[in-house]
Amino acid sequence: MKKTLLATACIAFGALSTPALADLTVAIAGPMSGQYASAGDQIRKGAEMAIADINARGGVLGEKLKLEIGDDACDPKQAVSVANTMVNRNIVFMHGHWCSSSTIPASDVYNESDILMATVSTNPQVTERGLKNVFRIMGRDDQQGLVAGDYLATKFKGKKIAVLDDKSAYGKGLADEIAKAMTAKGAKPVMRESITAGEKDYSGIVTKLKQAGVEVLAYGGYHTEVALILRQAQQIGLQLTVMGGDTMTNSELVTAAGAASDNVMFTFSPDPRKNPTAAPIVEKFRAAKIEPEGYVMYAYAAMQLFEQTANQAKSTKYSALEKTMRNGTFKTVIGDLSFDAKGDQKAPGFVVYQWKDGKYDYAK
Amino acid sequence: MAYALQQLINGLTLGSMYGLIAIGYTMVYGIIGMINFAHGDIFMVSAFIAVTAFTLLAAADVSSIPLALTFVLIVSIFFTSAYGWAVERIAYRPLRGSTRLAPLISAIGMSIFLQNTVQLTQGARVKPIPPVIEGGFEVWSTPDFTVQVGWSQLLIIVITVIMMFAFTWLITQTPFGRQQRSCEQDRTMASLLGINVDRTISFTFMLGASLAAVAGVMVTVYYGVIDFYIGFLAGIKAFTAAVLGGIGSLPGAMLGGLLIGLIESFWSAYLWAEYKDVATFAILCLVLMLRPSGLLGRPEVEKV
Repeated sequence: MKKTLLATACIAFGALSTPALADLTVAIAGPMSGQYASAGDQIRKGAEMAIADINARGGVLGEKLKLEIGDDACDPKQAVSVANTMVNRNIVFMHGHWCSSSTIPASDVYNESDILMATVSTNPQVTERGLKNVFRIMGRDDQQGLVAGDYLATKFKGKKIAVLDDKSAYGKGLADEIAKAMTAKGAKPVMRESITAGEKDYSGIVTKLKQAGVEVLAYGGYHTEVALILRQAQQIGLQLTVMGGDTMTNSELVTAAGAASDNVMFTFSPDPRKNPTAAPIVEKFRAAKIEPEGYVMYAYAAMQLFEQTANQAKSTKYSALEKTMRNGTFKTVIGDLSFDAKGDQKAPGFVVYQWKDGKYDYAK
Repeated sequence: MAYALQQLINGLTLGSMYGLIAIGYTMVYGIIGMINFAHGDIFMVSAFIAVTAFTLLAAADVSSIPLALTFVLIVSIFFTSAYGWAVERIAYRPLRGSTRLAPLISAIGMSIFLQNTVQLTQGARVKPIPPVIEGGFEVWSTPDFTVQVGWSQLLIIVITVIMMFAFTWLITQTPFGRQQRSCEQDRTMASLLGINVDRTISFTFMLGASLAAVAGVMVTVYYGVIDFYIGFLAGIKAFTAAVLGGIGSLPGAMLGGLLIGLIESFWSAYLWAEYKDVATFAILCLVLMLRPSGLLGRPEVEKV
């Protein structure tokens, strides 16, 4: 009982003391430590640069921005505790979390406390639960299949296309979406099968593809299996073009598959560095010895999104911010952002890339 | 028909590798009556040694493929048999003469130990190497299908055949082979007749490990991608092959390996590839129901 009282007193004291702070507090959260720490590092660098720039312009509504950083290590339990800490620090905006499995439980905490958030997590469930405070500045997993399926149906019209997956939640989900999108466009896959990830021998299925006269393979799964399939296809003299998902960005694919990796295409978020309006910011990052790759520009854009929303709303109250963000269009370094009723981006978040000589670029 | 021939070649390649690993299981079982569950991981270690050796050669600018392969094979066999010896010396020999379960658990422990050590020292990510032997040749061309054999597939089959002959000669014709067989029949009697049983057992472990090392190099060359977990699946399949062929029987292990390779490739060729493993193990159950000691196994005779 005593402890509860003490805790309540502390919280009350904390709540009382906040209005004394002149700064507006915004936050980022993600894996600052652990296996995915490199992504957390990118987010931090992007957000710090953005806040420095915004404060140099005079801040938001006359107040300087202050950045809080939360580390969830991509662990859902830690994510919830980070979210509670952030609520106690009275943040007005959250950019995060990074892992979908962290974003989903944390978003409930922010929702209860009326805190607006913009995330890069791609799992459809992030915006499918009717939470009004959640916005997403990246594509959704299920849009990848749509983009890939449409591309296959138009670019490889009349060719035989097979759809394969690795039975994983991610791989099967993606492959199902691709097959659905292709069929909708009138290009029905000639074969729809699954393989077991983690095995090394796929010569059986590769020979089957050759027998069926398949030229294009849409694959839901990871890059390791694609490298194996390509190598084994080459052994028996089968030329395959592969269309995969965002996991194909891994350069191990090129080491393992050799020259055959030039036939691999995949869907991935547009590279914000290629955005002409972002050029000055890209320069600025490079001058500071930071390569604005991965999530750096997304973090920068999230802070710009908050700045413009608050300025247009002329308030930092949740209800005003939420309404403005949902209805407005915002110019950021990753392009113009506008959102639908669920909080997803209106523009499709994926483009088709192709590997070429160990690098990937937009497919022609 | 051409399609079936291509699948036959695929199955033989895969089966050869299972067979080479299976011999390690069957030999150890034959001589000390235990299942060496760490054998799959010995195979995994050999693949890592092969990748390291290939990387060293690439750094030293060796471009002759036959030379490189011979070097990698020798290095991998040497270090892997050292691993095989050490595993036996550390984890099994002190437990000889204790209950049957003790070395079994110790073997599982060894398997986890090797897996985790490699994971921690080499990283959990896959290790790819660039294609070593590329291309192949056409065997038979029909209007709707061209049968093509990769050079590396051919190499695997040829090396397996050579290993099998060398091995049969070693077991049937040499003094070591005689000692090995006598230990298998009766360890006490063999030691009474002046055979160093411990040394023979150590040597058996090293031989099994060398064959696994050959398979490890082949896997590295053929697939080009390895990780710390490959020993698990390959070990289970090879163990199954040994049981299918009749555990304790050397030709049985090879036959079992080839059969499993063929079942896998023909099943995925004509039926549903995703049910390949279900089929393999269902056939194993069926064979064991009809012939409990495996295809070439002799029924165990109770020694009185």
